[in-house]
Amino acid sequence: MSNKYDVIVIGAGPGGYVAAIRCAQLGLKTACVEKWTSDAGKQVLGGTCLNVGCIPSKALLESSHKFEEAKHELDQHGIQVENPAIDVAKMMERKDTIVKNLTGGIASLFKANGVTSIQGTGRLLAGKQVEVTDTKGDTTVYEADNVILATGSKPVEIPPAPITEGYIVDSTGALEFDEVPKRLGVIGAGVIGLELGSVWARLGSEVTVIEAQDTFLSLVDQQIAKEALKQFKKQGLDIKLKAMVTGTDIKRGLINVSYKDSKGAQELKVDKLIVGVGRSPVTDGLLAPDSGVNLDERGFIFVDEHCQTDVPGIYAVGDVVRGPMLAHKGMEEGVMAAERIAGQKTQVNYECVPGVIYTHPEIAWVGQSEEQLKADGVDYNVGICPFAANGRAMAANNTAGMVKVLADSKTDRVLGVHIIGQNASELITQAVIAMEFGSSAEDLGLTMFAHPTLSETFHEAALAVGGHAIHIANKKKRK
Amino acid sequence: MSTEIKAPTFPESVADGTVATWHKQPGEQVARDELIVDIETDKVVLEVVAPDDGVVEEIIKNEGDVVLSGEVIGKFKAGATGSSAKATESKPESSSEKATADESGVASSDIIMSPAAKKLVEENGLNPKDVNATGKDGRLTKEDVVNHLESKKSVAQSAPAEKTAQASEPVPAANIPQGERAEKRVPMTRLRASIARRLLDASQSTAMLTTFNEVNMKPLMELRKQYKDLFEKTHNGTKLGFMSLFVKAAAEALKRFPAVNASIDGDDIVYHGYQDIGVAVSTEKGLVVPILRDADMMSLATIEGTIKQFGQKAKDGKLTIEEMTGGTFTISNGGVFGSLMSTPILNPPQTAILGMHKIQERPMAVNGEVVILPMMYLALSYDHRMIDGKEAVQFLVTIKELIEDPARILLEI
Repeated sequence: MSNKYDVIVIGAGPGGYVAAIRCAQLGLKTACVEKWTSDAGKQVLGGTCLNVGCIPSKALLESSHKFEEAKHELDQHGIQVENPAIDVAKMMERKDTIVKNLTGGIASLFKANGVTSIQGTGRLLAGKQVEVTDTKGDTTVYEADNVILATGSKPVEIPPAPITEGYIVDSTGALEFDEVPKRLGVIGAGVIGLELGSVWARLGSEVTVIEAQDTFLSLVDQQIAKEALKQFKKQGLDIKLKAMVTGTDIKRGLINVSYKDSKGAQELKVDKLIVGVGRSPVTDGLLAPDSGVNLDERGFIFVDEHCQTDVPGIYAVGDVVRGPMLAHKGMEEGVMAAERIAGQKTQVNYECVPGVIYTHPEIAWVGQSEEQLKADGVDYNVGICPFAANGRAMAANNTAGMVKVLADSKTDRVLGVHIIGQNASELITQAVIAMEFGSSAEDLGLTMFAHPTLSETFHEAALAVGGHAIHIANKKKRK
Repeated sequence: MSTEIKAPTFPESVADGTVATWHKQPGEQVARDELIVDIETDKVVLEVVAPDDGVVEEIIKNEGDVVLSGEVIGKFKAGATGSSAKATESKPESSSEKATADESGVASSDIIMSPAAKKLVEENGLNPKDVNATGKDGRLTKEDVVNHLESKKSVAQSAPAEKTAQASEPVPAANIPQGERAEKRVPMTRLRASIARRLLDASQSTAMLTTFNEVNMKPLMELRKQYKDLFEKTHNGTKLGFMSLFVKAAAEALKRFPAVNASIDGDDIVYHGYQDIGVAVSTEKGLVVPILRDADMMSLATIEGTIKQFGQKAKDGKLTIEEMTGGTFTISNGGVFGSLMSTPILNPPQTAILGMHKIQERPMAVNGEVVILPMMYLALSYDHRMIDGKEAVQFLVTIKELIEDPARILLEI
């Protein structure tokens, strides 16, 4: 087997495996290097997303949501359920099966497309050579005409709360508790902290979230963020803002968390503590000093708008480069890199990257928030429709939340759509497609939406931009 | 790969031009050698053609904007595919179709319109072919129609004499009437007129000539490479550029050659005991020169920060008269536009001006060997009534030496 490839991809997460499959589809001889090895010594594909990120968290969110419904909502439908209980081991087993199916799925896709899988830790040398160290420690050097770096990111650790097995965990550990913690602390009210906090809160934990910033979800449209905070508080999450953790002390099986808020020094006792303060790019040991690839000032691999690094023919995609750390962004960048290598002129539209938080209600957005438009001095109109006005939402007993559409006041072009509510993650794609085609709010108003659906709320919000929604009273234009 | 669309090099004695007509819009496909934009100067209309097959990516200078010779006016992407030119075809087609055009009949077969765009087109009696489409793959969006209607309104208001404007016929958004040997008369803006007057004054009332030298930029580039991150971090995000070092070198050289720092007032020579160095900034309306007061006492970070602020103020048109008067020396950088060598014109009543140019790698003879070095030509234009050739040359040599060995600026040697 020759050691030369047209493309070598380092990393088999969403950025890497998608790039590898696309390269192979385009007729390029492709190999994908992945270092993740299971305890049994087998290679594990899929990266963070499939194994300890997107997929397992969604599986647990789904299970815990069903439990919540069984405990609190089924009786509204006339369904009697006696004392529902949660079998954590079974829930975890289901999650593990799903993960195994998907990672196995990637292995099949690699085979089907002719991607060679190389097990080991990849390192980029000079001259586009990739040195792979296998599980035994032996190294092999491969030659490539092109390289795609997709090594992803890892959870950030903070000194006041060092990862301590069985007590202080990161997101990976939070997906593996073997019982429901009585009291759970979460550091960081970001996407990861809120989702994982939600899972265990629904299963019965008393959850306290400690967030250092004084605004909740500062990157989300603030009207939506305020509604979210209200909903989470109603669900029993105790969210403390402007609170900074100063230290942790484990004594007699409990964690004493010391933190400082606007009132002074505080203490919190919890059984388990999740650290969800952010993620940083994985570049340790990846780049030989003469590889030619450089990092930017924040430690990400430096790339241009086509994900090309400083070396022609070497690309980097996903969490290891600038931009929102989202699997779908990594995937589309992987496709772009593969197609560029094949000579196509593919681009990623960074203006239309949707963001989603999979709590309940879900939060999803694409484009600019009101705050961003105000800061840029853009004149805009707003259209809002609450799910409480929607028949389908009522039928599903899920009337929390709203859809908000922001459009340019002169041209009516849709500039941003923000949703909080059931199925926001699905509904947002309608907005992404519309914005990709330069849709105006009026266009959405002139489009027929099926009835009765949650999507109609999007339709009504678009009509509300122009002041003529049908199913809600239209507010006077506000600025 | 994106390349720049530049205004062509203007003929001698032409200071600047105006963008007359963009024949191609962003997203539009162009063939090699196809006409993209017309630039109008005092003497002649210059044509800019596409360097290759591709797509106009971005328009940076709009119709009516003033541009300098070689200035970047847009971006071009070679090899890309874009929308075909249906929507911006010029008048001859639309005028022949005017009589028989049934808007919806003609349109729906050719151009894809969003629902709202279609509605607006019909309500306003437009021919969709006349509207510039910027949607994906040439689709017409509501935004396109709204913009078209607005520009139609402003064309109708500003050019009532246009022969071709008739009630039912849609008028494309061009500013110059089409036809044979067309002319466009635009009065000079006051700024333009004032710049013109001062330039004429400088060349007529001074004995101006220029001395050249070249400087090896490698030491400075190494210095910058080594320290730029630390600089940026220490100085709150202010970036380390070359301008600040040139200003510092100039300030030091001015101290050693006071004649270069002096000005003429009637029959007197005024020697200034301070260095107020003006930095020329190019704006859409013309060249303005805000002054760095006591430049010799400013730190590099302060100089960089102030220049950046001036640039922003100039762009916003917010520079005050005080900020632009009273300098003792001026530095002008034509290199950012690609100028390799030039003879800058004095900024009266100053007696000298330093011209910086493009840094270009050239083979140089160093110790009998050929070495590739990043070189910059320097030009010092000076008033020979005040400054002798020897002083001017040595002043310029001093700047060269200081730049080639930046430690000398610090050590004042």
